[in-house]
Amino acid sequence: MKRVGVFVCHCGTNIAGTVDVERVIEEIRKYPEIVYAVDYKYMCSDPGQRLIRDHIRQDRLDAVIVAACSPAMHETTFRRTGESAGLNPYQVEIANIREQDSWVHQAHREAATAKAIETIRTIVAKVQYNESLLPIYLPLVKRALVIGGGIAGMQAALDVADAGYPVVLVEKSDHLGGRMAELSGLYLNLEDGAAHLAARIEAVQRHPNIQLLLNAQVTGVGGYVGNFTVQVSQQVEGELVPYTFDIGAIVVATGYDLYRQERLGEYGGGRYPDVIDGLQMEAMLRPDGPTAGRILRPSDGRVPKEVVWVQCAGSRDPELHMPYCSKVCCMYVAKQAILYRQQVPDGQATVFYIDIRSQGKGYEEFVQRAMEEHSVLYIRGKASKVFQENGRVTVWGVDTLTGLPVEVQADLVVLATATVARADAVELAQRLRISTDATGFFNEAHPKLRPVETNTAGIFLAGAAQFPKDIPETVAQASGAASKVLSLFSQRQMVAEPTIATVDVDLCSGCGLCVPACPYNAREMHPWRGYSVVHEALCQGCGACMMVCPNKATRVRNLSTGQVLRMMEAYLERL
Amino acid sequence: MAIQPDLSFAPRVAELSHQPVQRCYYCLRCSAGCPAAPFMEYTPAQILRLVQLGQKETLLRSSAIWLCIGCETCGTRCPNEIHAGAVIDALRQMAVAEGVPVGERTVFQLHRAFLDSIRTWGRLHELTMLMQYKLTSRDLFSDLDMGLDMFRKGKIHPWPKRIKGMAQVKGLFEVTGERQTG
Repeated sequence: MKRVGVFVCHCGTNIAGTVDVERVIEEIRKYPEIVYAVDYKYMCSDPGQRLIRDHIRQDRLDAVIVAACSPAMHETTFRRTGESAGLNPYQVEIANIREQDSWVHQAHREAATAKAIETIRTIVAKVQYNESLLPIYLPLVKRALVIGGGIAGMQAALDVADAGYPVVLVEKSDHLGGRMAELSGLYLNLEDGAAHLAARIEAVQRHPNIQLLLNAQVTGVGGYVGNFTVQVSQQVEGELVPYTFDIGAIVVATGYDLYRQERLGEYGGGRYPDVIDGLQMEAMLRPDGPTAGRILRPSDGRVPKEVVWVQCAGSRDPELHMPYCSKVCCMYVAKQAILYRQQVPDGQATVFYIDIRSQGKGYEEFVQRAMEEHSVLYIRGKASKVFQENGRVTVWGVDTLTGLPVEVQADLVVLATATVARADAVELAQRLRISTDATGFFNEAHPKLRPVETNTAGIFLAGAAQFPKDIPETVAQASGAASKVLSLFSQRQMVAEPTIATVDVDLCSGCGLCVPACPYNAREMHPWRGYSVVHEALCQGCGACMMVCPNKATRVRNLSTGQVLRMMEAYLERL
Repeated sequence: MAIQPDLSFAPRVAELSHQPVQRCYYCLRCSAGCPAAPFMEYTPAQILRLVQLGQKETLLRSSAIWLCIGCETCGTRCPNEIHAGAVIDALRQMAVAEGVPVGERTVFQLHRAFLDSIRTWGRLHELTMLMQYKLTSRDLFSDLDMGLDMFRKGKIHPWPKRIKGMAQVKGLFEVTGERQTG
């Protein structure tokens, strides 16, 4: 029989306010295997942990139970405490008497105390059969895959490659640069983006650690963090060339699309030649664009004397279009209006907006400059209608500041259409086993604290594929994603929890029921030996396979069928 | 009837008033503090907005531009350093220069009488100024009690005195006078 120590935490009044901890101690001391039991105000504090360490040594404990908060909170903490006193960490167990007891039974002190005693007793029964385990070490492939050759993908690839690791950069189109290559002068200083971009492209192309695949797409992803197997297919002179790569980490940087103008019927999108979207305007402003940098009306090639921008075209409209703010439009519209006014000094620039969202260093001042120094008229109110008549485009709206209806006779109308997820984002997400939100953008693992990680270990996000972002934000996130890759690659091997499924090959009949039962694709039949195997890196220890196994050949370490039955017995003893 | 913005107007007002009228982002602090705003058909902020929208006719014919008492509360509080009072002065100048029917006749006449007094005597002479105002506004008998009280207390001097520096005052009128218009 193992010598067990029980440490009951008050968690201030979180537990002790509801559970009578002294009675708990008194009761559990009656069990012969419990050689030591004590309560303390905060077991996770330094003195609390010292208490555990001291008694592991003094009372020669074989196992420790900490009756406290959820194992999600402090299991790792207390396992480390046990380890530092010479105990195998897997001989430390948590009895959750906070989230599953004191917090939910505050009105029933008596029952909560009884439940705490029962919970601890079941864990005492379980820990008797806990194996001493060692963490699992898995191989780690130190090669990264970056999907998307825009500014986000290039930045992530360069950061990882500069650190000395090989990178495979897969780009769907025939050139690098992505959306940034479609832009003209960039805010805030209106400098030519092409020069900056060219330097980046050059660096990527020349980098000895970057393998660049243009005209290529990821067609299949298997495996898991540190050990992905990725299929890529590249178009070379009309033929598809397949590649297979062993990859340790993946950065998804596939960028964005614009909302289709045709869906904005009231603005005449796609119907009138002189109604265009933001990227079409960018194309005109680009020195290497179709008009060689000159702003000309698509219908007749004349210089427009009156240009109207319509912001929030398809954004912030949960009823009909996209519910979110596309974030970049306020700034690029101000930029385009300034560039237009510089090019056509006698031209009028008018912007219809709902709110100006200029959050960034120097952004607010930039928009103010558009109004003040470049005489761009901002009209607060969403344009209601755009129609073409007698060669001009009429825009109707209301200046909500004065309440006056406004009509502008324009030569050219630019719709700042919503920034949306790539059309094939959902398909790629399925291939990568990551998730997308309701609007198709890739989901981050946590909106605040894990914004570059996905819920799939080893897959990270960069740029507007996650949500609309401008260039500085994109570059920052790309470097963030790269640093996540690098912190993974800085490990010698991958370390995984050993509390996962294992197969007794003598008992396994090879029925294969466990394979479809596994939600993590961690179970597979051995190719020729006739029994089932576990992929240790994929298994999460959920126990689904254990439930379906008719021979009890599959078992989750430290949560075996026998242990669960002993726990049940311990619980039923009292009844 | 929908208005059609005219973007050429705001820069002209900005030049004449020396105020960055296009900077206004409509926080309304000027109008919240304005003692005359309750009597105006357009508050100071709305006046600035109408300038931005180029609604010159509406502004020059408004009575709002004549109701401003020049207390400078608007300009003191404005986060964008726009003195709405100065903008309003510019609009008044434009209205006068263009011969637009004045929105508040008596206010205009009071200003006229004041300036004429300065032009003639180099300083304010209350009695002749009030006589001019009363005659031009044809409002002879209001404020009579107060006028008599002021006379009794020696606040109103019967005979005007011309100042020494008339040449300089004349020069001031020449520099600032009717030359500046819209």
